[in-house]
Order: sequence, then structure tokens, then C-alpha cells
Amino acid sequence: MKHYLNTLYVTTQGAYLAKDGECVLVRVEGEDRLRLPIHGLGGIVCFGQVSCSPFLLGHCAENGVGVSFLTERGRFLARVQGPVSGNVLLRREQYRRADDPAASAAAARCLLTGKIANCRAVLLRTARDHEDKVNAGALRGAAERLTDCGRRLDPGLPLDVLRGIEGEAGNAYFEVFDHLLTNQKEEFRFSGRSRRPPLDRINCLLSFFYVLLAHDVRSALESVGLDPAVGFLHRDRPGRPGLALDLMEEFRPVLADRLALSLVNLGQVQARGFRVEENGAVRMDDDTRKAVLVAYQKRKQEEMRHPFLDEKAPLGLMPYLQALLFARWLRGDLDGYPPFLWR
Amino acid sequence: MQHLLFCPRQCALIHVERQWEENRFTAEGRVAHEKVHEAGSETRGGRRIVSGLPLRSLRLGLSGQADVVEFEADGAPFPVEHKRGRAKEEDWDRVQLCAQALCLEEMTGRTVERGALFYGKTRRREDVFFDADLRRRTEETAARLHELVESGRTPSPEPSGRCRNCSLASVCLPGARRPVEPYLRKAFDE
Repeated sequence: MKHYLNTLYVTTQGAYLAKDGECVLVRVEGEDRLRLPIHGLGGIVCFGQVSCSPFLLGHCAENGVGVSFLTERGRFLARVQGPVSGNVLLRREQYRRADDPAASAAAARCLLTGKIANCRAVLLRTARDHEDKVNAGALRGAAERLTDCGRRLDPGLPLDVLRGIEGEAGNAYFEVFDHLLTNQKEEFRFSGRSRRPPLDRINCLLSFFYVLLAHDVRSALESVGLDPAVGFLHRDRPGRPGLALDLMEEFRPVLADRLALSLVNLGQVQARGFRVEENGAVRMDDDTRKAVLVAYQKRKQEEMRHPFLDEKAPLGLMPYLQALLFARWLRGDLDGYPPFLWR
Repeated sequence: MQHLLFCPRQCALIHVERQWEENRFTAEGRVAHEKVHEAGSETRGGRRIVSGLPLRSLRLGLSGQADVVEFEADGAPFPVEHKRGRAKEEDWDRVQLCAQALCLEEMTGRTVERGALFYGKTRRREDVFFDADLRRRTEETAARLHELVESGRTPSPEPSGRCRNCSLASVCLPGARRPVEPYLRKAFDE
């Protein structure tokens, strides 16, 4: 199995990253703070005022290490990438299938199976593990609606019907999302998804995790030679990483939603770690952001059995494995795309 | 050429799909080759020893780089290919070396009858005679390689014992061949 590679998150303002032989050197105020061998890294994410030498960027490109730049608060700015990797023939096949309504719908159906099944698993897991603390009945009821949605994902359905089912499933899931909180319920009350800007603390956490996840999924797609911009469920819109968003769907409940909830439930983030602006926008403070990054890294290191490949791998490697499986479907080695199903 | 003989799928993954994964074996091989190629050229006892020599054959449509070519005092080339491991039962390495010989013949206009494989593990040189049989096999392999690359298709995996030593196993996923539909159907069971 491929090695899971760590992502380096740099949040120290004014940090400078340079190439030092085969290592990434992190320098702060003229002082060498950290030296990491490049071959252990899968990506670098820089927050805010962090700069990189061109030679480091070139070295990263050569070694398949994606470098993303975000604002200090985690809004995506830019990404540095070397020469386009992978197979142009594979990408052409991706475009052909994305142009074909039947093939797009077939892909969307597989992607939605993963998304809805994993949302359902999150609800059922909480209902089972916290029977006494949560409204388990409501969670099970919503899970049943998701099962119903999932079972209606028949082959041959057109994209707009699939989207309708997706919308229904999304409503059922977010309607009970607030019940997944077992602790700090008042401070972290969830009343519907809000973004740009997030209007409550839990949405602030969710949005931040989605940015991190998007970076990981996008890198995974690029490393197997797929074009992250051309999606199936998410149709083309300039500037939107459609396929990255497609593949993210099945990971959101597992890697982002559950993690956000457990940080709150275990008290690893506190309400006072967030600031509410005059206009209602909610922001994390620096310490909270750091704690959240550490938690995300830790979560990605947890080993899991991949349900389709039947092999153990760290959770952080799963987006890469899914990108590979997606490429396999495009190449005709598989008769469909097997999503990552979390149990 | 060697990749093709080892596994057509591996070959397509590397040369069609441009996928590459390093493992311990490939890293050691790379470092060893870099060392050999850096050695430059020297003259020893009337023989000129050139490392990292670029080669090509227009006839076979091949190009590459020879680890070492020794030129006898009379100018006759003698290719030496360095290998990290030990001699293999199959003739992959001999075919690879023979391809170098065919390139050298075309480029210098001289017949190249022999060459050698140097194995790092055993530190032994194995002399290779480029007979008609090996030449035919080499030409066939070159033709198959062109077919594969031009087709743009990656052959499906055929899992075997070789997968264990293959650095691309994690990209190839030789085990992932089952049908997806039953897997999807099971997602909402229980």
C-alpha cells in the first residue's frame, strides 16, 4: 500500500519556507524552526503571510507535493503546481464522459451512494453510541429517510432526478444535525447550513474542514492525472473544482462533519475560541484554528479498512485511493465507481 | 523495454499514464545510476570508458542513455549496464542491453557483438553475446512497446507474484477487479 504522506500546515505569520537539499526548511524571524524531508510530505498548506522560495516550489512540483495558499482565516487564494502530470488520454476520457449525460448520471449515482450512505452511517453511529444523550429516535428516523433515498438511486436515472434525491437526503441529514451535539449544545447550536460567511460556530468549523478536505481531494485527483475542475455531479463553472467537490461528498460526513462534532462534544474547542463579528460572521481565533488542524491531521492518521479494496490504510490516504478508483472506472477497468463507504 | 517485459501494465502506467512511485528498490537503483552517470569519462589502458552516453536508434524508434560504454583501442563499442540486484532468470536485462547494442551499431556503423551486465548485489559482471535470437527478441520487444504506447491503452492487471516487488502496485491496485454494482447495492443494507 502507498504510504500516507503528511501535510505540512504553516500558520506562523511571517514564516519563510525554503529548499534545503532534500528538505523543507521553515524559517521564522531568521531562525530555523523546522526541517522536514520532502519525501515524507504529501502537501503544504500556507495560511496568511507565509512565503516560499521558488526553488522550494519547484522541488515540491517535482516531488508531487501540492502547495496551497490560504488566507489566515482559511479562504483559498492560490495553489502552485508543476507541469500537468498524468495521462492526457485519461483526461480526454474524463471530458468525454462528463459530456455524456448517461455516463455523468452513472457517475453521479455512485458518488451519491457514497455521500448518502456515509451521512446515514454518521447518524446511526451517534444514535447507537449515545443512545442516552441524544434524540436517538429522531436520528434513526432521518437515517431511515436516507436509506429510502439511497435505495431509490436506480441505474439509468437522469441527473436531475438524482439531484432531487440528493436534495431530499441533504435536508433529512441537516434537519437532525443539531441532535448530533451532546455537549455545549447552546453555544454550538446548528440551525441550517450557512457559509460565506458562516453564521454560527459549527458552520465555521464545517467550512474550515471543507477547505482542508478540498485541498486533499484536489491533490489526490491531480496526482492520478485527473482534472479536478471537470465534475459529474457538480457541473462546470469557471473556478470551481467540480470533480474535487464530487469526490469530497463521500468524505464530508466522515472526515469533516464527524470531526467537527467530536471536537465540540469532547470540549476540544470552546465557544470562546470563536469571535462573532457585528454582521454575524463567525471566525475562529488562532489557537482554535491550530487545535483544529492538529485534530484533522490526527484523524487522517487513523487506520481503516477500505471497504472495496479490502486493505487497511490511513484515512488520509482514502481520497487518493478513491481518485485511483475513479480513474479506473474511466479507463474501463471497473464497471462503476465504488465510493468509500464508511461503516 | 524492461518494464514491458516485466509487466505490460506496469509499462503502460509508467510510459502512457506517466505514473511513477518510488520504493526502496527504485530509489537504490536511481542513486546507483546517478553515481555511474556522474563518473564522466576516462581512458584506462587504451580503452575509453564513457558513462551516461545518450543513445538512439531511428530504425527501432528507441532512445535512452547507456550507463557505461567502453570503446576498445580500435573504437569497437562494448556496452555495460549496471543493475542494482542480481542476475535474473528471464532475459529482461539482456534484451535491454541488446537494445543499447543495436543503437550503438546504428550510431557508429560498427558491429557490436558483446556487452556486459554488472550486478550490484553480487558485484559480478555477466558477459552477454548478442546472437541472432536475442536480437530478434529485442526488435520484437521494441515493436510491441510502440504498439502499446501508440494504443494509449493500459492493459488490465493480471495479478501475479511479480506484483509483490512492483513499486507501482499501489497505483495499479491489482486486486481491485470485482464488479461495483453489488457493492453499491449493499450500501444501504442492514
